[in-house]
Amino acid sequence: MRLRPLKDSRQEASLFLYRAVAGFLIILVALGVLGARFWWLQVVQHDEFQARSDANRILTRPLAPSRGLIYDRNGVLLAENVAAFRLEVVPEQVADMDALLAGLRDTIGLTEDDVERFAALRKGKRSYQSVPLRVKLSEEEIARFEINRWRFRGVDVVPYLTRYYPRGVEFGHLVGYVGRIDANDLSRLDAARYAGTSHAGKTGIERAYEDVLHGEPGYELVEVNADRRPLRVLERVAPVPGKNIYLTIDTRVQDAAMEAFAGRPGASVAIDPRNGEVLAMVSVPSFDPNLFVNGISRGDYKALLDSPGKPLLDRALRGTYMPGSTIKPFMAAAGLELGLRRPGDVVYSSGEFFIPGQKRGYRDIRAGGHGRVDLVESIAQSVNTYYYALALEMGIDRLTESLGRFGFGKPTGIDLIGESSGVLPSRDWKRGRFNQAWYPGETVIAGIGQGYWVVTPLQLASGVATLAARGIPQRPHLLYATQAGVSDPLQKRPPDPPRASLFRDPSTWSAVHDGMVAVVNGPTGTARTLGEGFPYPIAGKTGTAERYSRTTEAWQHISQVAAERHQVLFECYTPADDARIAIIVALEAGRAGGRDAAPIARRMLDAWLLGETPPPVSPIPAPAAEATP
Amino acid sequence: MTPVWILRLQHRAMLALRRPRFDLPLLGGLVLLALVGLVTQYSASDLNATQAWNQTFRLLLGATLLVMVSRIPPGTLRNWTPWLFAGSVGLLVLVALLGEGRGAHRWLDLRFVRFQPSELVKLTMPMMVAWYLHQRPLPPSWTTLGVVAVMIAVPAGLVAEQPDLGTALLIMAAGLFVVFLAGLSWWRIGFIVGSVAGAAPIAWHFLHEYQRNRVRMLLDPDSDPLGLGWHIIQSKIAVGSGGLWGKGWHAGTQSRLEFLPEHTTDFILSVYAEEWGLVGVLLLLALYAFIIGRSLWIAANARDTYSRLLAGALAMSFFVYVLVNGGMIAGILPVVGVPLPLMSYGGTSAVSILASFGVLMSIHAHRRRVAG
Repeated sequence: MRLRPLKDSRQEASLFLYRAVAGFLIILVALGVLGARFWWLQVVQHDEFQARSDANRILTRPLAPSRGLIYDRNGVLLAENVAAFRLEVVPEQVADMDALLAGLRDTIGLTEDDVERFAALRKGKRSYQSVPLRVKLSEEEIARFEINRWRFRGVDVVPYLTRYYPRGVEFGHLVGYVGRIDANDLSRLDAARYAGTSHAGKTGIERAYEDVLHGEPGYELVEVNADRRPLRVLERVAPVPGKNIYLTIDTRVQDAAMEAFAGRPGASVAIDPRNGEVLAMVSVPSFDPNLFVNGISRGDYKALLDSPGKPLLDRALRGTYMPGSTIKPFMAAAGLELGLRRPGDVVYSSGEFFIPGQKRGYRDIRAGGHGRVDLVESIAQSVNTYYYALALEMGIDRLTESLGRFGFGKPTGIDLIGESSGVLPSRDWKRGRFNQAWYPGETVIAGIGQGYWVVTPLQLASGVATLAARGIPQRPHLLYATQAGVSDPLQKRPPDPPRASLFRDPSTWSAVHDGMVAVVNGPTGTARTLGEGFPYPIAGKTGTAERYSRTTEAWQHISQVAAERHQVLFECYTPADDARIAIIVALEAGRAGGRDAAPIARRMLDAWLLGETPPPVSPIPAPAAEATP
Repeated sequence: MTPVWILRLQHRAMLALRRPRFDLPLLGGLVLLALVGLVTQYSASDLNATQAWNQTFRLLLGATLLVMVSRIPPGTLRNWTPWLFAGSVGLLVLVALLGEGRGAHRWLDLRFVRFQPSELVKLTMPMMVAWYLHQRPLPPSWTTLGVVAVMIAVPAGLVAEQPDLGTALLIMAAGLFVVFLAGLSWWRIGFIVGSVAGAAPIAWHFLHEYQRNRVRMLLDPDSDPLGLGWHIIQSKIAVGSGGLWGKGWHAGTQSRLEFLPEHTTDFILSVYAEEWGLVGVLLLLALYAFIIGRSLWIAANARDTYSRLLAGALAMSFFVYVLVNGGMIAGILPVVGVPLPLMSYGGTSAVSILASFGVLMSIHAHRRRVAG
C-alpha cells in the first residue's frame, strides 16, 4: 500500500488564512469596480439618463383582434360578438371600497358572485388598472348608474364585445364556448398573441379552431404621463380579425333532432357519407353556453353538475353505448369478406344457440327462433343465432381485425378535442384491462354487439357512413369553409385524399345493403313503418340492448317501465343506393330501436330533405293516405 | 419555588448568550439585508402586499432551514458529503430525463413542491470538493486537481445542458473557490485561467444562440432597443436616472411604468438603485462586503480543513452572485438569470442561500476554542 504524504494542518491553516485574505482583497477590489461603475452611471452620466427616463413615456398597448364568427353550412349564425357594457372600477381612485360596493348594490344590484370575482381579479392587477365589477349591464341599469354617477368616483361604464351564442342550448356541446383565459390556457397559448385578449375557446369548435378564430393582435404606441395615464396615441397597427368559420352542420337537421329527442337523454350524429361532412351532432340534454362566457355563477354550475341527465357530458363525442344489433351489418360484411358466408347461405335459428360442448344457451329475440334465415333476413329480423355462429367461426382475432377497419375502438379523428375511443373487444384489450384470458362465450356475444363493446355515437355514425359509401371510409369533420371577412369568398376545406374501399368484393356491399333496406322496407323488417311517405329508399338497422343485467336489482326496478327498459339505437342511410346522409340515433332509455330511435332519425331525414332537390321520380310510391292531405 | 424547567431554561439561555450558536454580526447582517430586500420588493411590486407576504414567507422558510442546518455539526456534514453530492447529481440526471419548465428543463415536480436540483448542487459542489481535498496534502497536486476537475465538470455540464449557463458557471465557481482556498499555487492558477481564456473562442461554438445574443447585446445594446437590448438599456436608464441620492422610495418611474421587465426578480437592483441612488448602492455593497468578510472570518477560525474550505468557498460564491447580478444591472456583464441574494423575488434562491448560511453558522458554533 502506498503511503499517503503526511498532512501538515498548521501549515494548511496558515496557507488558508493567506488565501482568504487575498480572496477578500480581490472581492473588495471587484466590489469597488462595481461601485465605481455605479458612480459612473449615477453621477457622471446622470443627466443623460435622467433625460432618457423623462422621455421614457411611450408604452406599447396590445389591441385584441375581434373573434371570427361561426355559421352553419347555409350561413345560419351560431356564434357572434355583441356589444355590451360593463362596470369597471379603478381601485386607486376609490377612497372607501366597501361603501362604494354597498352603494352600487343599492343602485344597480350586485350579486355575491360579482363581488367575489371582483376581489379575485383585483389581486392580479395594479391599483391604477381598472377592474371589471359587473358585466352585461342592462339599459336600465346604465341609466340608473348615470344618474348616481357623482356618488361613485373611479367607476365607469365601459363598452366591450362579448361572445353570444344565439342558438344557445342547441349547440352547447358542438360550438362550445369561450371563457376567461386562465393559467391552464396560458400554458398552451402564445402569450404575445394573447397579450390583449381576455377570452379563449374552452370547448367544442371554439376550442378546436381557436387558432383560426382568434386572429392576429395589433398594437398602439401610447404616450403616457408619470401616472401612466394615456395622453395620445402615437402609432397604431390595427389587429387582423379572426376568420369566420362555416360548419358542415345543417341547422335544420340539428333543429329536427333536438326537437325529436324532446329532452330524452341520448345523442345523434348525421354524416354525409360521400365526404365525411357532419350534418348534425346532437347531445341531449345540453346546456346554455352563454352562461360560461363571462364566468358561470356557482349556483348555475352546481345545477349543471348535479343534474341527473349530466348535461355537460357530450354524448355524441364521449357517450358510451353498447352497439347491440347495430353491429350486425358490420359483422355480416366481415363474414362475407372473410369468405365465411355467401349471401345465400342459410342458418337455422331455433331460439337458442349453444357453443358445442357447453351448456349455456344464447337466446334469440323471438322465442322459438326465426327458422331458416339467409343473410338479408338475418339483418331484417335481427337474428342473433346467425351472428352467434358467425362470430364463433370467425374467432375473436379476425373479428377484432375486421371490425377495427370500420373505425371501432379508436377515435375517428374528427376536428374536435376530447373524443373517446370506445372499446373494440379483443384479447389484448381484455388482457390489458382485466389481465384475463379470452373465452369463446365472449366471442359469441361480441358477435351481436354486446359484452365488452363500447362505441360512441360518432364512431357508429362514421362506421355507417363507411357502409353507405360502399366501404369507402371518410374522416368525419365539422369544418366546411373559412372566410377572412364578411364579404370575402369562402375558402372551402380541401377534401381528404381519396381512400380505397374496405370491401374487396363489391357484392359484399350489395348483400349487406339489401339486408338493411329490408329492415325498413321488407315485410319482416324491425323498422317497417319508417320509410312511409319518404321519397328515397332508406336502409337501416335497429339496436336494442338491455340497460341492466336481468339479475340485478336495478332491472327489477325498471322492468315494470317498458319505456325505460332498454338502451335503443337506430342507424340508417339514404338514398339507399347513392347515400348522401347517414344517421345514428342513440337513446339511453326506450322500448325498442325501431319504435323510439327510428322516428327521431325520420324527423332528421325529413328536415334534411328540405335542403335537397327532390328526386325526379319517386322510387317508392307514397301511400295514398299521405298523398292526399 | 421556581419550577425546575424554568431553571433549566434560564441555564440554557445563559449558555446561549455566553456562547451563541449563531454569529450575531453575521446574523444581523443577513436580517438587515432581508429587510432592505422586502422594502424594495414592496415598492417594486407597486405596493402589492401579497407579493411582499409571499417573500416574507419564503424568507422565514429559509430561516427555518438555516436553523435546522446550523444544528448539524460539520463532522456529520462531512461524513454525509459524498452521499449528498451523489444524490444531488442523481437529481440532475433525473431532471435531464424528465424535468419540466418552459424551454429549459430545470424543474423537478414533487407534487407538493417544485424545485431546481441545480440549486442543491450549488451547495453540495463546494462540500464535495472540500471533502475530497481535506484528506489530501495541500496545496493539491496535479493528480488531485484532475479528479477535482472531473468532479466539477460533470454536474456543471449537466446544468449547462438544461440549458442554464449562468447556474453552471456559478457551480463551477463554487468548486474552483475551494481549490483556490486550498492553496493552489499562483502560477498554476495563472496557467488554468490562461487556458480557459484560450478555450473561450471554442466555447462560443457551444453556446445557444440566445446566449450568444446576450453577449452581443452587452457590447451594443442600442442595436435592438425593443428586443434583447431592452433589458440592458432600461436597466441603465433606471440606474442612471437615480442619481446620487435617488428618487425616493416608491418614486422610481422606470419600474412603476413597467418599462423595466423582471423588476422584482433579477432586476431588483435597478429598482433599488433608481430609488436610493448611488448612496444606497454603496451602502448595500458595503453590507454585502461585510457579510462576505464576516463569513471569511468564520472560515479562518474553523476547526478543521474541511470546514475551513467549505465556509470560505460559500462566502466567495455569495460574492459571485452579487458581482454577476450587479455587473448585469450596471451593464458590464451579460444578462444571465442570477438573482441578487436575499433581494430578488423568488423562493429557491432565498432558501438555498439561507441554507448555506446555516452551514456557516454550524461551522462557527464548532470553531476552534483558542481563536479570539
